[in-house]
Amino acid sequence: MSTTKHHGAASGAELLTVSGLDVEYPLKGFRRKPFRALTDINISVKPGETLGLVGESGSGKTTLGRAVLGLAPVTRGTITFEGNDISHATRAERRRLGRDLQVVFQDPYTSLNPSMEIGSILAEPLGVQGQSPAQARARVRELLDQVGLPSDAINRLPREFSGGQRQRVAIARALALSPKLIVCDEPVSALDLSTQAVVLDLFLQIQRDTGVSYLFVSHDLDVVRHISHRVAVMYHGEIVEQGPAHVVTRSPEHPYTQRLLLASPVPDPDRQAKRRNDRHRLLDAQRLEEASPISA
Amino acid sequence: MSVPVELVGQSGTVVRSNVIKKILKNPLGLSAVVVLLFMVVLAVLANVLTSFDPNFANIGKTLASGDAVNLLGTDSVGRDVWSRLVFGARTTLLSALLCAAVAIAIGLPSGLVAGYYGGKFDGVSNWLVNVLMSLPGIIVLLTVRAALGPSVWLSMVAFGILMAPGYFRLTRTAVQSVRNELYVDAARVAGLSDTAIMSRHIFSVVRAPIIIQTAVICGVAIAIQSGLEFLGLGDPSVATWGVMLNEGFKNIYLSPLLLVWPALAIGLTIGALVLLANAIRDALEDAEKIKAPKRGGNTAQASLATVRRRPDRTFSAVVEAGTEHHLVKVSHLGVGYPQADGSIKKVVDDVSFHVDRGEVLGIVGESGSGKSQTAFSILGLLPDAARIVGGSIQFDGKYTVAPTDDRVSQTRLSEYRGKRISYIPQEPMSNLDPAFTIGYQLVTPMMRVLKISKSEATKRALKLLDDVGIRFPEKTFEAYPHEVSGGMAQRVLIAGAISCEPDLIIADEPTTALDVTVQADVLDLVRDLQKRLGVGVILVTHNFGVVADLCDRVAVMQNGRLVEDGDVRDILRNPKDPYTQKLLSSMLEDKEPMTMLVSAGMPAAQAAARNDERDEKEMAR
Amino acid sequence: MVSFILKRIASGISVLVAISFFTYCLLYFSSANIARNILGEYASQEQVQAKEIALGLHRPLLTRFFEWAGNALHGDFGVSWFTSEPVVSAITTRLPITLTLVIVSIVCIAIVATLLGMAAAVKRGWIDRLVQGAAVVGDAIPDFVLAIVLVSVFAITLKIFPATSSISPDSGADAWAASMTLPVIALLINGIASIAQQIRSAVIKQLERDYVRTLRSRGIPEWEILFKHVLRSAAPAGLTVLSLKFVGMLGGVVIIEQIFALPGMGALAVQSTSMGDIPLVMGVVLYTVIIVIIVNLLVDLINGWLNPKVRVS
Repeated sequence: MSTTKHHGAASGAELLTVSGLDVEYPLKGFRRKPFRALTDINISVKPGETLGLVGESGSGKTTLGRAVLGLAPVTRGTITFEGNDISHATRAERRRLGRDLQVVFQDPYTSLNPSMEIGSILAEPLGVQGQSPAQARARVRELLDQVGLPSDAINRLPREFSGGQRQRVAIARALALSPKLIVCDEPVSALDLSTQAVVLDLFLQIQRDTGVSYLFVSHDLDVVRHISHRVAVMYHGEIVEQGPAHVVTRSPEHPYTQRLLLASPVPDPDRQAKRRNDRHRLLDAQRLEEASPISA
Repeated sequence: MSVPVELVGQSGTVVRSNVIKKILKNPLGLSAVVVLLFMVVLAVLANVLTSFDPNFANIGKTLASGDAVNLLGTDSVGRDVWSRLVFGARTTLLSALLCAAVAIAIGLPSGLVAGYYGGKFDGVSNWLVNVLMSLPGIIVLLTVRAALGPSVWLSMVAFGILMAPGYFRLTRTAVQSVRNELYVDAARVAGLSDTAIMSRHIFSVVRAPIIIQTAVICGVAIAIQSGLEFLGLGDPSVATWGVMLNEGFKNIYLSPLLLVWPALAIGLTIGALVLLANAIRDALEDAEKIKAPKRGGNTAQASLATVRRRPDRTFSAVVEAGTEHHLVKVSHLGVGYPQADGSIKKVVDDVSFHVDRGEVLGIVGESGSGKSQTAFSILGLLPDAARIVGGSIQFDGKYTVAPTDDRVSQTRLSEYRGKRISYIPQEPMSNLDPAFTIGYQLVTPMMRVLKISKSEATKRALKLLDDVGIRFPEKTFEAYPHEVSGGMAQRVLIAGAISCEPDLIIADEPTTALDVTVQADVLDLVRDLQKRLGVGVILVTHNFGVVADLCDRVAVMQNGRLVEDGDVRDILRNPKDPYTQKLLSSMLEDKEPMTMLVSAGMPAAQAAARNDERDEKEMAR
Repeated sequence: MVSFILKRIASGISVLVAISFFTYCLLYFSSANIARNILGEYASQEQVQAKEIALGLHRPLLTRFFEWAGNALHGDFGVSWFTSEPVVSAITTRLPITLTLVIVSIVCIAIVATLLGMAAAVKRGWIDRLVQGAAVVGDAIPDFVLAIVLVSVFAITLKIFPATSSISPDSGADAWAASMTLPVIALLINGIASIAQQIRSAVIKQLERDYVRTLRSRGIPEWEILFKHVLRSAAPAGLTVLSLKFVGMLGGVVIIEQIFALPGMGALAVQSTSMGDIPLVMGVVLYTVIIVIIVNLLVDLINGWLNPKVRVS
């Protein structure tokens, strides 16, 4: 893994640390217990490193990303970014954080304002940080170039672009302020297979060029394996397993991760038949284990 | 290959100069604008256009018909009708604007705040809106008049308050729909303040509906105000159209024309406002429709009528000899959508394949490849606008689409659909009717298709639910769709698909909406059922893993064409077509992590740009 | 379901209380010259003062309101200050006429608009254009202007229908039918056009839903899909607008009744408000609001029945 050596991802101080994080959403109705979305989350991301978060729908992986961004309420625990506690950052602190902490969302159709031109979408974060329009315009050109979009895109609306192109606009917006960490929330799930490959290449290239860190959320174990240095597996709002990507995504220890790995089909009939049998054996074994009183 | 540009989840609309142009191009919109401008000119130039004070009464000349002095004649006390009509325009238009202004001033800000922040303010304002909306307008206005006197302006302020809920609701719903849009989240992450978010991202969404609503409200205000004055409750010293109507109605036997002028003015003005609102709406919707990229699809220039005939009911051509044994045979199928300019956009082009009994065929492709359209033409469930532009489909030795049909014959297909051909959809939740229990939705097709009694159908439904691995069949039978999980709902839909013992099941991305562990379970279920029942299956998917798991043969589609088909092992292991190769090379399974997938030897941005170019070329082909 | 109904009733009562108080306040400020109005120009100052005390006008607002509210709770709305007729009987003799007018109109609107809207959505083509065009025309012409046109054409020029009616609650059915036809038509046109438009777009939206395709794939006949599934899901949109129409009509009917000289609530409302007959105005407002609240409750219940999701939450 040459890239890790490049930026020394394995060493150095943590960029982002989440410790003991709980997120609860109050439910409507008198004296109802709040809904617990996350329980006791502990993760960290080093500079230049990608932490993959994998889990199924409702596992809380998206909520964790949103909590880091300040879009989900932190009930307990702390989120530390570059040594500062940002668990309850104010809007003004968030504005300052916006320079170093950015986001790419899943849905390229709703993450760009349909009534704004690409140019003003990309200039928005620059304007917030007080850049002059002329500076912003120059930077926008640079950004479009960086994600491989033509410079005439500036005056066009999002709907004139395909899903993959829009996702690249979203990536350019995240890159605008040269952040240190980008939270990527299922950024390739809505894309076709070949477009996904293009966008994943772009993510890797940007990391090599700029040394940015990713918190990369996905439901797809293959995607997470491909792009992450380390992987954390989420299940029912908790992290059940985390470690180096090749370990967690190839020989997992937790029963849930094992199930997840064997459930994802491979593109060859015979290998898939074998994987299917492995999965059935695993499920039987896990069922037995659950039933037996000794392990409990 | 890129995702075709679809308008998914877009709620924003842009008010631009081209919208104004479109309104003026629309004849109805243009005439509305002309009428309104005319009324405005009357109102503004009232002093210049008339030679009498609207209240000047010439007792010597009452109920006169029009002449050179009194253009439109005089009323029962000798006042000049033309002057009154013109000054009436001024009062009426101003009061309508006042009403709308009051309504906007109250409704818009409160709607923005209630929609964006929710909470207590939202609760209280909703209650107030309920109160206001339970009030019959005229009765309130009568009361207001009793309390505060017969002023046009006061009653319009009161009516404005009554109309405010309209704006409030409109704004609130619009704001709520975008409040959680991802682009608003992105703006929050960028550190935009709430006011900046509201003015930049949220106000732009409500702007267009507000303009439309205002045109409508002005019309309503004019109607209500005239109505009140017609009742004789207006301010008699102010000339308005309503007062003139009242005057005219009193003298309806003597001089019916007195009634015609104000009625005409009211009808024209309100009509113009309504038409204007419609024209704005159409112009905005039009702007949305142009989203389809010009490069989309292969446009066949041939006019439809010359190529295909409508389906002939009596036509029952025999299929080509030697092909009767195929369960389904699709030959040179073309499906297209007629465009506004008379051309046809082809989404399926010259596609041929066949499926035999007990065989599983996978149709693989990315979005826009035409794989679903192909499947739906076998089911006869294409959208109304779709046309068969070529080829034929035969099922069990008989044509369902004969070589000359331009549409799928519903009469021919209704013999098979639900009975011998069945369907498993992609999105489990949206494919069950939320208003009926799961049991009902399983039982009814069996009663209709198999002509069995309700109790027998119920018995079979419970058995089916058990067969598809649902643990508590009775409970699920009684449940409504929203009470079960996505995986369960998909099992229910599979149960529905096999309920009438079909020969062919068409499954359109049956596992795409499911979590991967649930997907594995559902694939197991489909495989078991297919083996047990010996049915033929057409599986539409974008996932080669799913293909490898289930299929005997594969057909790969791209941009409406079939690029390659054959045995599953041959295609997956030794793909011949470059597109299939590209798709398979995009698979991440078995790849060295952190390596470039498509941009070997060049920067990823360059590779991406090159990919875009190739897409455009392919789409234009 | 029971808690849903109770909640709705509670909110209805809160609305009712708020509106009565608000109306009472409004009227309180308008009641300066009432005694003078009742007694006429020639009454002496002393007589006027005596009348004011007799009516209780000298007492503070809240005292008067609570006294009125207390009596109203027992079903006693007082007597008219001008005619001394008990408010309840004044209203109950006129209510049947107004309610007949409104309910007949609403039912006609519901049926015709549903059929037209469905036809426009399913068949498209000319019937669709007709419904769309009619919606614009219907919106453009206020119902009272239409009423005036109807009166001048059918009653005054052609003399097919009576221009002014003389029915009372105990007139025969034929007298009712003759008197009601034109007013009902005047109320109908606008309503049918706009509701048909609503139903049309709701049905089109439902027809595009995935489950309709799945139902077709199951071999369910098209008519059953349309009338059982699609209409059921499209109905709430139409019902909501229909209930708004109903509220609007309760007000709009005031003018219609005046045009056709129907002795309904309209005349009562106009008279009582223009003279400041507080007990009568309060009675009229209260009756109207109660009717509106009942209708809204009914609509909520029907929507709950149509859509199981609403019922559960």
